[in-house]
Amino acid sequence: MAQRLADRDGFSLASLAGERRRVRKEAVIRALFLAAAALSIVISSLIVFTLARETYTFVTQVDLSKLWSEGWFPRRALYDVRTIFVGSVLVTLIAMVVAAPLGMGAAVYLSEYAKPRVRRVVKPVLEILAGIPSVVLGFFALVWISPEIVQRLNSEAALFNLAAAGIGVGILVTPLVASVGEDAMRAVPKALREASYGMGARKVTTTIRVIIPAAVSGLVAAFIIGISRAIGETMVVAIAAGASGGSLFSLNIFERGQTMTAAMASMAAGTDAVKGAGLTFQSLFFVGSLLFIITLSLNLFADRFVRRVRQRY
Amino acid sequence: MQGRRFDAAGFVFRLLLLAALFITMLLLTILIIDVVTSGWSVLSTRLGDFLTGKLGSIPATSGIGQGLRGTFFIGLFVVVIAFPIGVGAAIYLEEYAPRSRFTRFIDVNIRNLAGVPSVVFGLLGFAIFVNALEFITGPRANGATVISAGLTLAVLVLPIVIITSAEAIRAVPESLREAGFGVGATRWEVIRSHVLPYAGPGILTGTVLSLARALGEAAPLILVGAVTGFLTEGARYSLESLQERFTAMPIVIYTWAGRPQPGFVENTAAAIVVLLVVVLLANTVAILLRNKYEKRR
Repeated sequence: MAQRLADRDGFSLASLAGERRRVRKEAVIRALFLAAAALSIVISSLIVFTLARETYTFVTQVDLSKLWSEGWFPRRALYDVRTIFVGSVLVTLIAMVVAAPLGMGAAVYLSEYAKPRVRRVVKPVLEILAGIPSVVLGFFALVWISPEIVQRLNSEAALFNLAAAGIGVGILVTPLVASVGEDAMRAVPKALREASYGMGARKVTTTIRVIIPAAVSGLVAAFIIGISRAIGETMVVAIAAGASGGSLFSLNIFERGQTMTAAMASMAAGTDAVKGAGLTFQSLFFVGSLLFIITLSLNLFADRFVRRVRQRY
Repeated sequence: MQGRRFDAAGFVFRLLLLAALFITMLLLTILIIDVVTSGWSVLSTRLGDFLTGKLGSIPATSGIGQGLRGTFFIGLFVVVIAFPIGVGAAIYLEEYAPRSRFTRFIDVNIRNLAGVPSVVFGLLGFAIFVNALEFITGPRANGATVISAGLTLAVLVLPIVIITSAEAIRAVPESLREAGFGVGATRWEVIRSHVLPYAGPGILTGTVLSLARALGEAAPLILVGAVTGFLTEGARYSLESLQERFTAMPIVIYTWAGRPQPGFVENTAAAIVVLLVVVLLANTVAILLRNKYEKRR
């Protein structure tokens, strides 16, 4: 049948395949886009490769006793990982003490209580403010949070201190936590709310006993993403926590201190400082590897929670 | 059926939530007011001078011309490199990619890249662009040039560009594509004439947001070797100046914030105001644009 049709009109099956030039163009374009997408794999591999290579050199050459000494002073070959790890943990803890209640509270308010008109204004304002660069928050932590909040709470606090840096990081991640958390709350189907109201429940009861438990994986994800961002935040700590030369091991949040990120920044600041003595250059990558592994695990963990919400609704 | 009693628990809960939102907004407002008031003495008396002047050790004559130059070139690199590659990757993932393990791997990989801290991208830039590719990025400055910085930040925002563009493309209704295929268009023709115009505003929003992010980043620039001293020239915008030592706005702010001399606090605040105007303006335009198009649908 098809053959006969083709014979009659000078039309063959081959002409359905499209012009050769068009087909070739199509293949080239597809290959270009594939290359663009595959580039992300190249980038990831390069990150892992460079981190692993220098970390290997560091771990095999460093005097292991220096990894557990009195402080982090890379220029004097003292690489006490404990100091900067604990610094990162402290800053992150303080940041989440600030960001978790503020961010979650804002998220719940925006999704359950705010009138549409209020929400339409507040949500974009929060999103815009989420774009404030971290150097700006670092400066704010140093000139405002430190004297106006931290030194009022503890009059003996130094001007540069970990507490101010932590609060600054907290303010920085609050809009992020609020935004991810709000998405999770709004993903809860309306039917659940209506069922709860139908049973005669009040709004508080509905929110606390029905909506929040239903959205809990998304809220946990928001929290973990917040932690991951706080650990990776560099500039706020580099500016507000001082201790650019190095830091003794300390748990005092009202003193100078250093985190993993700030330690990297201060080692690299200036011109060719990284090419300093001994293993300073490699130690930079060693800390980077630790940071990479920690944030990657947190992100993968958060991703699992997010996917759980998506599957359910 | 008496629902009229005063709901004390509900009232307190609501108040707490409102307080959370209020404190967040209040802190960010204080930040902006604080920065503007302390930078005002500089901005109101010598704005033109400040915007074009060179960095120096005397606060009253220091300016941010070199910082603006660096930030301009970094933005240019991001626009020229990260945007086309990012949108291309998003098109591949949404329009071409088969549902295979490889596609899923790319997808997960991009998501994880977006969560990598910016300092780690700085390390990557340092190892690849500054050290390994020094002969291209600027042998005279040991590779610590604005080319390395721009490439590093382009790599940094690439995953964000891909994710936001992919979301915009995913929102294009299937019927639009089918109409295109129905009249015999090839996949690329459908994308060019139907998908991209429809997804355009969404893609633009994502790209502008990631540009704003790149302009505010400081940590990777420190790793890549941004400086505030040893700058040979003022704010030159020539091609060969790309291979010289560089600085950028966030680096100027970082360095000035650490200076104890009086006068630098005001300079820092003024520089912050300039950076905030650029970054927040870009953000505002992008978000308003997105909300406008979202409402229309």
